[in-house]
Amino acid sequence: MWALLAAGALGLVAGMLAGLFGVGGGILFVPTLALVLGLTQLHAEATSLLAILPAAAAGVWRQRSYGNVRWRAALILGVAAIVGVEGGGQIAEALPEHALRRLFGALMLAVAAQVAVRAWRKPAYPS
Amino acid sequence: MRLLVIGLLAGLFSALFGVGGGIVVVPLLILVAGYTERPAMGTSLAAILLIALVGSVTYALHGEVKPGAAAIVGIPGAIGAVAGAWVQQRLTNRTLSFAFAALLAGLGIWFLV
Repeated sequence: MWALLAAGALGLVAGMLAGLFGVGGGILFVPTLALVLGLTQLHAEATSLLAILPAAAAGVWRQRSYGNVRWRAALILGVAAIVGVEGGGQIAEALPEHALRRLFGALMLAVAAQVAVRAWRKPAYPS
Repeated sequence: MRLLVIGLLAGLFSALFGVGGGIVVVPLLILVAGYTERPAMGTSLAAILLIALVGSVTYALHGEVKPGAAAIVGIPGAIGAVAGAWVQQRLTNRTLSFAFAALLAGLGIWFLV
């Protein structure tokens, strides 16, 4: 019972991240499914994609009414990403995972700094 | 063309690190494609909807999807997404950028250690 409540609460937070930042929420869905509900890593990753559907659909429904969705761009991004997933799976098997994770972490820090600096320089404006 | 490259990169990173494509798509739309924050985030979420739709159908055909568990986290997730979008619409683009940068930095540190 507590596990169910905890999983639901974490799902709620994951959905908030999805609606707030336009990320999928898989970062929270996958560990919740694996560690709280006890799914294997493979089942958790597969199930997280299904769990993202209602969250993303609800988020897109609201974002669309706020006028934030560019459909053509979303279609191009989505199709290209599906192709990229296929390629990534093959690269993942060929490269050492630990080094990759560190590289990605450093890259994310650099991008975070750039996003923050850009927002800092740009004058704040409403809307 | 830029969108194609961004999408490809998002898919690659998603497969390599198990992060959803959004964490890659949103900053690239802002920094490379010149989107402002809200359209970048709304468009990214629509792309994720498509990716998750194709992905979950593929996995479901292999029998690796647990619908009950998906509902337990996904239905509260839908409520959270509506709330998140509501909050997003009330923040300035600048605040959104800083908050998103903080999220990215947090993840970056988590990946580094």
